Amino acid sequence: MSMSDSGSQSIAITVTVNGEPHHLRVAPNTLLVTLLREHLGLTGTHVGCDTSQCGACTIHLDGAAVKSCAVLAVQADNCEVLTIEGLGSIDNLHPMQQAFRDCHALQCGFCTPGMIMQAVDLAQQSSDLDADTIRQGIEGNLCRCTGYQNIVEAVAKGASMMAGTNTLAHEA
Amino acid sequence: MYVSGGMTLIPSMKQRLAAPSDLIDLSSLPELEGIEQLNDAQDSMLRVGGLTRHNEVAGNVLIQRHLPVLGQVAAAIGDNQVRNRGTLGGSIANADPAADLPAALLAMKASVNTQDRQISADEFFLDLFETALDAGDIVVSVDFSTPQQAAYEKFRHPASGYAVVGVLVACFADGVRVGVTGAGPCAFRACALEDALNQQFLPQAVDAVAIPDAGFNSDIHASAEYRAHLIKVLTKRAVASLLS
Repeated sequence: MSMSDSGSQSIAITVTVNGEPHHLRVAPNTLLVTLLREHLGLTGTHVGCDTSQCGACTIHLDGAAVKSCAVLAVQADNCEVLTIEGLGSIDNLHPMQQAFRDCHALQCGFCTPGMIMQAVDLAQQSSDLDADTIRQGIEGNLCRCTGYQNIVEAVAKGASMMAGTNTLAHEA
Repeated sequence: MYVSGGMTLIPSMKQRLAAPSDLIDLSSLPELEGIEQLNDAQDSMLRVGGLTRHNEVAGNVLIQRHLPVLGQVAAAIGDNQVRNRGTLGGSIANADPAADLPAALLAMKASVNTQDRQISADEFFLDLFETALDAGDIVVSVDFSTPQQAAYEKFRHPASGYAVVGVLVACFADGVRVGVTGAGPCAFRACALEDALNQQFLPQAVDAVAIPDAGFNSDIHASAEYRAHLIKVLTKRAVASLLS
């Protein structure tokens, strides 16, 4: 159940999304995830549970991974947002995206954007991640296919690729 | 109504459990930020701003040096995304019966500073989601006394991450304090356990203490009787870890 946009008067906000500033008017009860998906057409950020449990809507807000279904759009005023679309491109994947591809760290793929955004946050805290740390680190992201084994491998590989210590990994 | 991190309030609004007519976002008030050391004649103290995010508490150098247990409590909250957003002030103002921080405030002789008054932790948590805050009060900061040593033991609900029961044992020069969360309608100090541990600071000192379960939470996760039992088990674990 998502809150509708039928609130009272709209509020003017400025949000920088994937490096591009947007001046928008939003209803006060608009969620950040709704702003991204429905106002800006960035549908890579998914709505899974809409109760801040599954993490499919994870984005970076001022550099930190947060669940965008639990943030109001107006709370992102004057903030920087990074979504999966801003992380890499088809021709130039981010190392974490490349690692997910190399390790086949997805089954249906629904949780993948949120998993990758959280994995990047985790890798920014430490490049040397053991399996336990990764499993604890992604506890706010649910994979309903239960494909965690390859996800854990991908996060470890992506973290080391981000640190530049394993740049040849996907050629091996 | 004020919103800081919104990690409880916004999901509650989506479930129609809360329907405030207006929200005031506190996130751009610099007065609510920062972690600093206070000079006090009696105990060394740390002041933590109300807007401090849980991950900032967990990773802060002053906290790691002087009050590492508070960092451990903050790191045990929810998941990484929630800790990146949720705030210390928001958590204690919400006073969820299973939140971690209330046990830390009680055990660490904390005081809650609002715009115009100071409320001791012992008088702060009143009932289920009920605190001594009045409408309009903002948690500006919380002052924590730094104990000689302290340990937090939590029986974590595997899905939600909330404490089925959490116990924080803190040793000060003038005695032991035991803060308990998850068991009752709000966090409380287990005075009978404090008395027993002041007599003899050993895990087995807990055995003789009776913890009546009257008024304790009972739900699909755990009965009141089980929660009472967990208090003793977790207290023993905390004491054992402090002695090892």
